[in-house]
Order: sequence, then C-alpha cells, then structure tokens
Amino acid sequence: MSEVLSLPTRRDEDFRYSDLKALEALWPIVPETIAIADGDEEALQFVLDGGAPIARHLVITLGKGAKLDLRVLSAGPAYGRFAIDVRLGEGADFTFGAAQLATASENLEVVTKVVHTGLNASSSQIVRSVLGGTSVGTYLGCIGVERGADGTDAQQSVRAMLLDRTATANAKPELEIYADDVKAAHGCAVGELDAQGLFYLMSRGLPPLDAKRLMLQAFVAEAFAGAPQSDELNAAAQARLQAILA
Amino acid sequence: MAGHGFEGMTVNERLVEAGLLEEYELAHSCGERAKINAVLAKIGLRRDENDMNWTIEPMLTIEDLRANVADKPILKGLSLEIKAGEIHAIMGPNGAGKSTLGYTLGGRPGYEVTGGSATLCGEDLLDMEPHERAAAGLFLGFQYPVEIPGVSFVQFLREAANAQRKSRGEEPLSGGEFLKLAKEKAGLLKMDMDMLKRPVNVGFSGGEKKRAEMVQMGVLDPKLAILDETDSGLDIDALRICGEGINAIMRREDKAVLLITHYQRLLDYVKPDYVHILSAGRIVKSGGPDLALRLEEEGYEAVVAETAA
Repeated sequence: MSEVLSLPTRRDEDFRYSDLKALEALWPIVPETIAIADGDEEALQFVLDGGAPIARHLVITLGKGAKLDLRVLSAGPAYGRFAIDVRLGEGADFTFGAAQLATASENLEVVTKVVHTGLNASSSQIVRSVLGGTSVGTYLGCIGVERGADGTDAQQSVRAMLLDRTATANAKPELEIYADDVKAAHGCAVGELDAQGLFYLMSRGLPPLDAKRLMLQAFVAEAFAGAPQSDELNAAAQARLQAILA
Repeated sequence: MAGHGFEGMTVNERLVEAGLLEEYELAHSCGERAKINAVLAKIGLRRDENDMNWTIEPMLTIEDLRANVADKPILKGLSLEIKAGEIHAIMGPNGAGKSTLGYTLGGRPGYEVTGGSATLCGEDLLDMEPHERAAAGLFLGFQYPVEIPGVSFVQFLREAANAQRKSRGEEPLSGGEFLKLAKEKAGLLKMDMDMLKRPVNVGFSGGEKKRAEMVQMGVLDPKLAILDETDSGLDIDALRICGEGINAIMRREDKAVLLITHYQRLLDYVKPDYVHILSAGRIVKSGGPDLALRLEEEGYEAVVAETAA
C-alpha cells in the first residue's frame, strides 16, 4: 500500500513560503531520480514557464568523480517550485545556477539540499532573483557535510533584486557540517538597482526601461555563466525581463 | 547675409568651421527659408519675427537657477549664457555648487530645482527626463564615473547612441559602423579597444575612467558638454590626452563646452573663452582666461572678496 503524503503546512520548513493553495493541485510531487555514474559528466537545464503552477523535485546522486551542471530558469508560472536533493560522492562536482524572475502575485521558490558524503567534493550554487509587483521569491538552501567528508568546498551565492518595495525575497541558507576540513562560503543579499548606475546610463540617452534591463540582464546572467546552454537561457531570461519591466 | 561680420567672424567662416557650408549652400539653392534657417540655427543664428534681423541666440541659457540637495539650498540664483562655439570654465571653492550645477542640468534624482530656468537650443531643459536631455544634445562628464558590473562598455555605448538617434528620428548605427566610430574615438583618447570590451568602468584607473568618458563623448557627439572636474585624478600624460581629446571633439562652431574645474592646468590645454567664479551658489565674477591665472596666483578668497566690496 502506498502512503499518501499529506499536504504540507506552513510549519513544514521546506514549504514555509509556498503558495499552499496552488500546491494542493500539484500534490503529491513525484520525485524524479537522476543518477550520474562514477566519472560521468552531464549538463541539464530546466525552464519553468507558462502561467500554470509547476512543481518539480529531483533526487540526484553523483558518483565518484562525477560532474553535474544544472541550471534552472523559473520565469512565468503563477507558482513555481524547484526542489533538489543532491548527494555528492568522493571527488564529485555539482554546479547549480538558478534565476527566478517574477512579477504580479507570482510565487517562485528554489529549495535545495546538497549533501557532501565523500572526500574532496565541490559544489557551487548561484541563485539570482528579480522580483516585481507583489511577487515572492524564495531560496531555501541546506548544505550538509557528513562526517569524513573532508576537503569539501561548498559555495552559495544568493542575491535578489526587488523592482518594487511590495515584492518579497526570502533567503534561508543552512549549513550542517560534521567534518573539520571544509570550505563553505555563503552569502545572501537583497537589494534594489543602484540608482547611481541607472542615472549614469540614462544620462547617456538610455530610457529608464532600457537602463534597468541592461543592469538586470547582467545580474541574471551570473546564474548561467559557464553553462553550455547559457546563450539560450540568457535569451529566454531577457525576454521575460522585458515583459516584467514593461 | 554672408559677409555680415559678427564677433570677428563672418557667417561664411562660421559655417566653414562647423562643416556646414555645403548644407547651407544646398538649402540656399533650394530657396527654402525653413531649411536655410535650420542650418543657421545650428551655429546659433536666429531670425526675429519680422524675418529681418539676425541675432545670435545662446545655446545654453541659465536664468536665476536655484536648486536644493537634501533640502539644503546649494544653487542660489545662478545665471549664465553660453553661445555655440564657446568654451566656458567655471571655477570655485569646494562646496560652491559646481558639481551641483552639472547634476542639476543633467537631471540627477535628489537635485531639486526650486526656481529659475535653463534652456538648451531654446528647449526647456529642466522639463526633460535625463535621457531626453541627452538626445537633445547634452553630455555630462562625471567627476566620478560609475562602475556598472556585468554590462559591457561597447554594448552600453552602442545602445545609448542608438537610443539617442532613434529619439531624434535618425538611422541607428549598425554594429560595424559603431565599432568603427568607437575605435576612432578610442584611438583619439589612446584607449585600447580591449579595455572597452570590459564592463563599464570596472577595473579602470581614475585616468582611464576619465578617458573613457571622453570616448563616450566622442561617440555620442553632443552639442553641449558639461565636464565636471575632468582633470581630477589625472596624471600629466592623461591630462594632455584628455585636453587634446576635448579640443578635437568639441572645439567647433556648432558645439560648446562648460568645464567645471578646480585648477588652471586643464585650461592650459583647453583654452577657455570665458572663466566664471562660482561662490556660494552664484556666479560672482566673470572674465577672460586671465581670470583663471589670477585665481591661481591669488586664491579664491582674495578674488571673491573683492566682488563683495
């Protein structure tokens, strides 16, 4: 008999900021398993678009020396949830870049749990959100380093740009470290576009929307830097930014 | 008309200097009054209502300008006229309002106009948004050019140039045309094109930032350049390069420059026609280039004090 998982509530940490009503229609989210074999390399990209709610949950294991480059562009769904559980074996490398672009009353979230289980594995997460209207953009990121996983290098860089003061950005980084020889750099920042920079661009003739677009393009591109499909991802992100700014 | 002397130069000579003689002769041959007037307007000449007399209208007219920054009055009734073909320098002690003048004319947020007016080629400057002022022919050289991480210099400059052209109903520059123009201006300012492929001003030294400002000015081809302390932070060589760049780009009969500066040294390269002293938010003294030399010798306090007497 299969267990029917009950719908989460606000008290479930991983769903603290979710749009629970929209989640109801998608529940339960069936996890998708991805296994990267020892020594293999793979690059994956996901684009969450269209207006309908979307939720995905990937359970990923990286074997010894395996490499995964995973990029996500979340731009369009009224509610978009992208959750990943990643376990890294010895010497594995995981690169994650996510951009969340929301406006109106959209709710987007990226929830990650990255666990280093073996020696000398590296992971890097870059999340960039641009939020307008009354939208909500959330990042919940837990990094776990198990006992014995020395030589870990885990990085998190999470930044959100609020286009309107009515938008909300949530960022909850978590580190659970049981090894000694670990590098775990992390940073979260929420801000607005630099007014000085905007004036400088406008003073050269760029209308306000174009000035904002230029600055935001660069900001979002950081999530896709180095990805094999960065051109397509950036083009899709640009198109969405134009729509949000208009 | 040609042969009417004014300010020591005939209209013909001014047209030649501005590179407009061919355009003028073409308009003249069509006999279209409107076209003729349009060409002559570019060097600041306007006919009066009776269509009889010509007057030289200033390119920039500032009348009794008052402006606050953070609710504090900084400009307290500044008046100034700059005609096409002229180079003016404004000097003054710290806190006098020199940068405020530049930012107010540029339309920077936080600079509140509380009185007075400013027109550029007859258009109300203060009524326009910053990007509209640029399209109308204004260029503001920043004292501290802003770094814009992630935005490539050439991409930004090309988009800016084409945005201005679009709003003036001109054809945009193609990628090739733009690169050619940018290369030419970069060469003038002794800047490597590789530097200009980097993000705007990121990792540039002070001197490089100022030279990059001049490259932008060269590409955007404004009517009026207001250069805010362009000479600050420049070494001897960079100063000479910038000075020569300003002369090459802006010293024309249909353009004008307002140099805002502390020191005489830039004025050795860009010789001004007029020098004004700005003190406590107003222009208190105006003169020729020798006024700047006097300031260097005697200091602001002495020279300003005598205006109060």
